[in-house]
Amino acid sequence: MSEPFDEKAHVAHMETVIGLTVKDDWRPVVEAHVAATAKAADLVLSFPLDDELEAAPVFFP
Amino acid sequence: MSGLPSDQKSWTASQTVSAVAGGEISAEAVATHALQTVDKLDPQINAFTDVTADRALSEARAVDEAIARDEELPLAGVPYAVKNLFDMEGVTTRAGSQINRENAPASADSTLIAKLKGAGAILIGGLNMGEYAYDFTGENVHDGNCLNPHDMTRMIGGSSSGSGAAAAAGMVPVTLGSDTNGSIRVPSSFCGLFGLKPTYGRLSRAGSFPFVGSLDHLGPLARSAEDLALVFDVLQGPDRKDPAQADKPVLPTVPELFKGIDGLKIAVAGGYFRQKAMPEAFQAVDLIASALGAIGDIEVPEAARARAAAYVITTVEGSSLHLERIRNRPEDFDPDTRDRFISGAMVPAVWVQQAQRFRSWFRAMMRELFTHVDILLAPATPFHALPSGTKTITLDGEEMPARPNIGIFTQPISFIGLPVATVPVWLDGASLPIGVQVIAPAWREDLALRVAHHLQTTGVSSAPVAQIQ
Repeated sequence: MSEPFDEKAHVAHMETVIGLTVKDDWRPVVEAHVAATAKAADLVLSFPLDDELEAAPVFFP
Repeated sequence: MSGLPSDQKSWTASQTVSAVAGGEISAEAVATHALQTVDKLDPQINAFTDVTADRALSEARAVDEAIARDEELPLAGVPYAVKNLFDMEGVTTRAGSQINRENAPASADSTLIAKLKGAGAILIGGLNMGEYAYDFTGENVHDGNCLNPHDMTRMIGGSSSGSGAAAAAGMVPVTLGSDTNGSIRVPSSFCGLFGLKPTYGRLSRAGSFPFVGSLDHLGPLARSAEDLALVFDVLQGPDRKDPAQADKPVLPTVPELFKGIDGLKIAVAGGYFRQKAMPEAFQAVDLIASALGAIGDIEVPEAARARAAAYVITTVEGSSLHLERIRNRPEDFDPDTRDRFISGAMVPAVWVQQAQRFRSWFRAMMRELFTHVDILLAPATPFHALPSGTKTITLDGEEMPARPNIGIFTQPISFIGLPVATVPVWLDGASLPIGVQVIAPAWREDLALRVAHHLQTTGVSSAPVAQIQ
């Protein structure tokens, strides 16, 4: 993940991409949640996984 | 037939079955008493959002007729209530939200309610919950906060808040809840109840409103471990309507309870599970570990990463489920859930896919760990029920937000779907309970329930009805 993660820029970009409304008084909380998710994801992404390790989807054709 | 016993409020499900099936009391009398108790107590607790009085009395009369025909019903006359994300025929399924109550009433019962009905249990109503199950506190802006019967200034725990309150207050002996990251285990801890989060894929979720398909479980809360087993055995069985339900044979657990802890190798989850909690959480684990003759601590590697991965999966899948609603009518959400669903819709796809791949790694590691032990013990919550409105908490000298950290010890376990029986502990001098997770290998709910039952019958764990004036 690129450092440092800019949650303000990410929210500003993604609200347009996804078509979301983020009112001014919601924005600081949304940004805080995005920052918390980025921190959690950083922990996950920093763990090396073998190439053959797959997710475990539940899908029975 | 005798009249209403004055202590019916403290009856367990098994005591109720014994009395009803034995002809000591009618199911209709039990149901009437339960409805009266709800009328009396719920204005203070706010556990119920829907009371199904007519249905309850009708079901009770049907049970009495079946008893008269000498039919055997494993839950004859047992009153119960369900988190309001379960479909109840004729009732709109709120899922704790304002938005969903615009939907038409459910046309049929959820699979688990149908099973309980078939076993002779009596549905008393639907229970308060955190909006769309994205909550650990028991707060709900639409229906009002559900209060903790043991101390109404404290959080009840969520998101199965009403499921905790109704059982702890003695309104019903058994409730159903859901648990994605801890939503059965947290209220069980804060309310002093036994709670069972079965293995992921064990019980059908058909007819319940989802939150995170990858992590959603359903299960019972009760004031006795035997009741958990009694209800769990009824709830099992294949159901093609839940695509995540595993092809596993039914596991009868009631016949296993008498085995106690004989032959079980029990250890305490170390490392991550021995940090960042208040003293009462560790004292409760130590008390249980000592009572069980646990062999000591065993490290659970990468539990912090497991929790982080569960966090990412939760916010993304939850936001995906609610995307159109969060786009088109965000102001109709509870502000506390709204901002998280908006945030979750902005997460890069690769983050969640990596979290799902890590889930496979963590599962493999835990499978290996469980070749060395049969049971792991861990705190259910890092502290007693917090005072309502608590925003931050300091653990190991680090100040952190209170709400998301209520589930730090439950999230890594449900992340890989392991079965857990939460057992309540009342430490000497404590005015509040706290729960301990009894964690078993996948598909071995019987082991967790045997341990929970042993702890209750030896008096180490107990779930008294809260005394409400």
